[in-house]
Amino acid sequence: MTSATALTWFARHELRLAWREWLAMMTGGRRGRKRGAVIGLIVIAAIMHLPAYAVVGRFADLPAPLDKSTLIVITATIFLAWALMLSQAIESVTRVFYARADLDLIMSSPVRLADVFSVRIAAIALSVIAMALLLSTPFVDVLVIGGGIRWFSAYGVVIAIGLTAAAAAIVVTIVLFRLIGPNRTRLVAQILAATIGAGFVIALQIAAIMSYGTLSRFTVLTSDAAAAFAPDIESIVWWPARAALGDSEAMLPLLAGGLILLGAVMAMFSPRFADTAISASANATPGRQGSRPRGFRAGSRQQALRRKEFVLLRRDPWLISRTLMQLLYLVPPALLLWRSFADSSLAIVLITPVIVMAAGQLAGGLSWLTISGEDAADLVATAPLPPSHVTRAKIEVVLIAIGVIFAPMIIALLFASPLQAAVTAVGIIIASASATAIQLWFRVQARRSQFRRRQTSSRLATFAEAFSSIGWAATAALALTLPIAAPITGLMTAGLLAATWKLSPRRE
Amino acid sequence: MDCPDIMKPEQPSALQVRGLTKRFDRLAVDALDLTVRSGEFYALVGPNGAGKTTTLRMVAGLSRPDAGSVAVFGIDALSDPVAAKQMMAWVSDEPMIYDKLTPVEYLEFVAGLWGVDPVVSGPCAHDLLISLGLEPHLRERCEGFSKGMRQKVALAGALVHDPRLIILDEPLTGLDAVSARHVKGLLVDRVRAGCTVIMTTHILEVAERMADRIGVIAAGRLVAEGTLAELRQQNGHNDTSLEDLFIALVNVEAAAA
Repeated sequence: MTSATALTWFARHELRLAWREWLAMMTGGRRGRKRGAVIGLIVIAAIMHLPAYAVVGRFADLPAPLDKSTLIVITATIFLAWALMLSQAIESVTRVFYARADLDLIMSSPVRLADVFSVRIAAIALSVIAMALLLSTPFVDVLVIGGGIRWFSAYGVVIAIGLTAAAAAIVVTIVLFRLIGPNRTRLVAQILAATIGAGFVIALQIAAIMSYGTLSRFTVLTSDAAAAFAPDIESIVWWPARAALGDSEAMLPLLAGGLILLGAVMAMFSPRFADTAISASANATPGRQGSRPRGFRAGSRQQALRRKEFVLLRRDPWLISRTLMQLLYLVPPALLLWRSFADSSLAIVLITPVIVMAAGQLAGGLSWLTISGEDAADLVATAPLPPSHVTRAKIEVVLIAIGVIFAPMIIALLFASPLQAAVTAVGIIIASASATAIQLWFRVQARRSQFRRRQTSSRLATFAEAFSSIGWAATAALALTLPIAAPITGLMTAGLLAATWKLSPRRE
Repeated sequence: MDCPDIMKPEQPSALQVRGLTKRFDRLAVDALDLTVRSGEFYALVGPNGAGKTTTLRMVAGLSRPDAGSVAVFGIDALSDPVAAKQMMAWVSDEPMIYDKLTPVEYLEFVAGLWGVDPVVSGPCAHDLLISLGLEPHLRERCEGFSKGMRQKVALAGALVHDPRLIILDEPLTGLDAVSARHVKGLLVDRVRAGCTVIMTTHILEVAERMADRIGVIAAGRLVAEGTLAELRQQNGHNDTSLEDLFIALVNVEAAAA
């Protein structure tokens, strides 16, 4: 097989893997759902045009040349998209290093590894770009319909920033490998992937709160201070924004730059990719030291289960990154709370839905880890205690963990407004219980390391969990601002839960 | 090793299975009758897909039979699974342990689940891990362990609560010669101490050497059972190895099917 033939063959193989992975994500890994997944995707894409219209509809007929404030907003939005793509690309790269089962086969085959890994890097870039194109289509559609075909060039910007995000992800991951070793890279990369996109939005919110006392990040972007600090209109910084509006002079260098950057990264890092993959697979199972020796602790069987769950949660890198992200989301409302002590702003009410939603989402993840993510399922199933006791112990762990994380916020709120603290606490309990119940109804036995299956095992459970958290967050907010409307959203959310329960698979 | 010996009262049989049936896409276990005496080492052998693992999973309470009964030391395992499980331990061919726990932490968890007094289980766990050659790794998390080491940890977990009946599904898969000898020695010691061991294996030499009685299962049914001498006698081959006997029995069964 010639080098070119081998490359083409391997590229086809990578594309097939990427397609099947994506299909499995869409269909929950079940055969015969292809048509349903395609129809569902088309319906979701159509529905997504409505929020897209609400968000970007008013920008469709922006006149050129753009003023500085508009350039800042568009550039910040593009940067946010880039940060999210970078986050996805870092996740893809670490998955290639740590989770792909074919590395041994590839590295033992008589092909040039640099070529093979060039294709794999390109495949990462392609999957990042494809996903970004898919998500951005409703927004670009709205802009094209409202502002003309010049907005088609936004797709070019998506491709260009996708190329640079993939290149940056490769560099970041391999540099981390060199600096902190393969073991820590996995954890740090997971944390980076989880927090990069959110970090940018949160930083803007913090700036907005500190300067203007509001959660709106646009306040900072459209402020005079930002305009004064921003570079000249002719600056290279605005090229992505100008390219998105159809400026071909900005678009061409942007696309060329992206391609050159990815090409350079491929040339530089493809030969090292193999070394990195080898050291990752050799060190993916480190001999880390546990706690100091001590006697066995006494307690009931349920206590033994709870202790085990707490130890595993504490040592779970995914959970650490996820919790960190949830806590990061809580920083802006916490800041707002702190400021509101001084000026008794009504904006403090915004804290409640944010906290309730964060609690629901975190409880969903924790429940999956404790209820479905059981690494020694046979052991627990053959233990001499009824299954209901096992489930109860695991649920208790989730609720205790949620309590420990959110209790400080409730205590702080108690000083500002006892009523709001009570409403928030009730909201947290209901949202957490709902998310836990959904995970219980849809539990699918899996290993903790297969956390991605949480999203793929049931679309319905994923959406139900998200909408339940949103529903309870809205109910809590309305209970504080418009109490008469709170029962309506509360009943709607309860109805959603009832429908989810009805649709959940029958359990033994 | 000074592990507690909780078994004492004489029982007629450690395991009594009657009419056990399980159907997936096809019939996996077909009205199986099986009796294992207390204190014996019983090997269940059979070709791939014969129903060995399915049978033992039903006995261990991991899967519910479609029909039939399972009694462990006289306790109906289907109506009182908790009492039956208290006396049993299950070890599968794919050791399922927690990557983020150390072997000691894992054994502490297992002992806690079976409600063993920590004063007893602590030293017992330590002795077990040392006897299995895991002393240098007591404080390392299991995520770095080879399959053999993981299998040893799982086995130590099965023994730490001193079960009266140990059920092992291909426990020697993936073990090197030294580890396999360790495990075999440990199981024989347990049987000598009065414990009952039921083991599935594809390594017929192990069954031949270790088992008091051997059951041959094919197409979900027990086609032959007895000591090696009895099996030879039943089939009229006095000098054949278990391997030849096994092939002859399985071929007869396949031809009959």
